[in-house]
Amino acid sequence: MARGFFVGVDVGASRTKVVVLDAGRSLVGYAVRKSGTDFAKTADICLRESMAMAGISPGQIDNCISTGYGRKNVPFSSGTKTEISCHAKGCYHYFPMAMTIVDIGGQDNKIIKLDEQGRRLNFKMNRKCAAGTGAFLEEMALRLDVPLEDMDGLAQSSENLVELGSYCTVFSGTEVLEKIRQGKKVPDIVKGVFLSVIKRVLEMDALADTVVMTGGVVAHNPYLVEMLKEIIDNEILVPEYPQLTGAVGAALFAMENGDRKQFVGMGA
Amino acid sequence: MAEEKKRPLRKEFKSGKVLKKLMADHFYELDEAAKSGSKKIAWCTSVGPAELLRGMGFLVYYPENHGAMLGATRMATELIPYANAIGYSPDICSYLTSDIGSFLQKRTPLTKAYNIESVPKPDVLVFNTNQCRDVQDWFSWYSRELNVPVIGIHTHRDIGPIREYQIKDIAKQIEDLIPALEKVSGEKFDMDRFKEAVALSRRTSELWRACLEAAAAVPSPWTFFDATIHMGPAVVARGTQEGVDYYELLLAELKERIDSGVGAVDGEKFRLYWEGMPIWGKLRALSEQFASLKACVVASTYCNSWIFDQFDPEEPFESMAVAYTELFIVRDEPFKEQYIRDCHDLFRFDGIIFHDAKTCPNNSNNRYGMPERLSRNLGIPVLTINGDLNDLRCYSEEQAKTNIEAFIEQLEES
Ligand code: SF4
Repeated sequence: MARGFFVGVDVGASRTKVVVLDAGRSLVGYAVRKSGTDFAKTADICLRESMAMAGISPGQIDNCISTGYGRKNVPFSSGTKTEISCHAKGCYHYFPMAMTIVDIGGQDNKIIKLDEQGRRLNFKMNRKCAAGTGAFLEEMALRLDVPLEDMDGLAQSSENLVELGSYCTVFSGTEVLEKIRQGKKVPDIVKGVFLSVIKRVLEMDALADTVVMTGGVVAHNPYLVEMLKEIIDNEILVPEYPQLTGAVGAALFAMENGDRKQFVGMGA
Repeated sequence: MAEEKKRPLRKEFKSGKVLKKLMADHFYELDEAAKSGSKKIAWCTSVGPAELLRGMGFLVYYPENHGAMLGATRMATELIPYANAIGYSPDICSYLTSDIGSFLQKRTPLTKAYNIESVPKPDVLVFNTNQCRDVQDWFSWYSRELNVPVIGIHTHRDIGPIREYQIKDIAKQIEDLIPALEKVSGEKFDMDRFKEAVALSRRTSELWRACLEAAAAVPSPWTFFDATIHMGPAVVARGTQEGVDYYELLLAELKERIDSGVGAVDGEKFRLYWEGMPIWGKLRALSEQFASLKACVVASTYCNSWIFDQFDPEEPFESMAVAYTELFIVRDEPFKEQYIRDCHDLFRFDGIIFHDAKTCPNNSNNRYGMPERLSRNLGIPVLTINGDLNDLRCYSEEQAKTNIEAFIEQLEES
């Protein structure tokens, strides 16, 4: 059986992502699940699913690296890298150029700057609170009583944006209720919620060079990318699976050190 | 990941024992004096006019030192809310809020450490606003609470090149404290005794500087985290013979390590600079994380802040004025930037970590674009972590750890 497959596991605070790359660095399998409370188990299930998709068995995997919030909880990975390094690597794989990466995750946002060689110039993570992250969108969806997956469509149909002032998630929730009381339309408020996410991102760092957006929020809300594009008046690139970039980066790290057949195997 | 790495141990210093005794004696002496009334006690800010107080026979107690103990024992986070509740905002100095909280709750880390029931009651409170305004508010609270006089020096701020009028003014302000202090002590000011305290303080400072500069060696014999512990005497015992003796001992030990090539961090790969306050409650965790990443935090603005080698016993007032005005924290941005660049020349670090302490803007130098400017000018990466000196409610450990790990990965890649 041919070996030469590499696995990247990204255990995010919200979702766990696993990818399988073949020796030619092509994505041949992946899975995404809620991280839940048992990170090891979720990672294991995702690995099995992505192997099934790739049509391979554990014996064909050469190496696996884990990343993300729960990176130290993956029993079958041979090493860890932070999500910052993995996102950088993943994005540069898709777009080999100088860039600013904007990753909007479930509970944190990252801005990472790379030079033409893919070397990291600097990075920033959002401060302690969840303003401007996926958690903020979830909370707002709850307040507006709309399913999370409808947010993108709603924002897109807005004709008259309603701005939110506060950057505190809880206060924004109150503000949303206030807007509803005032009779504002839900799509307009949702667009305001999107704008709030964008404002949090713009506060973090200056967006230079080509902007690449990744993360679950971007994967599910392409309209948010459209809005940012308009604001910064610049092209924005989005990889095919924006939510998987970190896991892809981890798999690429696994490949760099993968000639030693380090895959430690899976539990029963 | 399957294997969990073993915790790297902090290499202890032999002089640690002497340090413990010196700090214990400092508190026992104060406790005894407070109980018996044998000596007058002055509370002083950490970069206040301690030499004058010593020269006038006072025992000197430093509330900031107590603040740091509250932080290191993590009692602070529990005690801060009590000060918040009486009107002292969670956004102001968390030394102040934890110390006042500690007083209100009658709980002090001195009890567990030294079996001392409470902090020594002051006879006078003496501040210098060179570091911040919070110290004045802090001491004023005690003044009202304990009915004790509060006096102090009001410094110029954001100083570029130092002007003569500033030194004259501060020297005069220091001198002007004397009548009020004489009233409290009941003794006449003695110039010779004062000069002696200034001379001893200078000697302590010179030795402290030599200890800190030992970290220029590769590998560095000690880390910023070690220094935050060993700086105790530079704060509480400057102006005393014990302080001088202690740093002679420590310096010899550092030299021994350098001579035999012993580094504080095994396999030192990266050297870093720490800008800002320590996160007292997380010193051990941070020190272990850096060590496991083979990174040595070799120097810091914070520990350097107790170097006062401008002291000159022949011109005690003026030289004290110079020392307490030349201080980093009182200076303007260009001075501060140049200062860190000079440190870079000496310590040759690969990156800078800025600690943005939520409750101390005075020691958070990341807020006006300095990290970006220094990164550009020195050609090294910088990282800002959000936290606080004492209020761990403002600190996300997971976030900080990931940031630090990612920063070291960045250094590895470049
Ligand atoms: S300098 Fe900062 S930590 Fe020190 S007393 Fe002032 S506000 Fe508090």
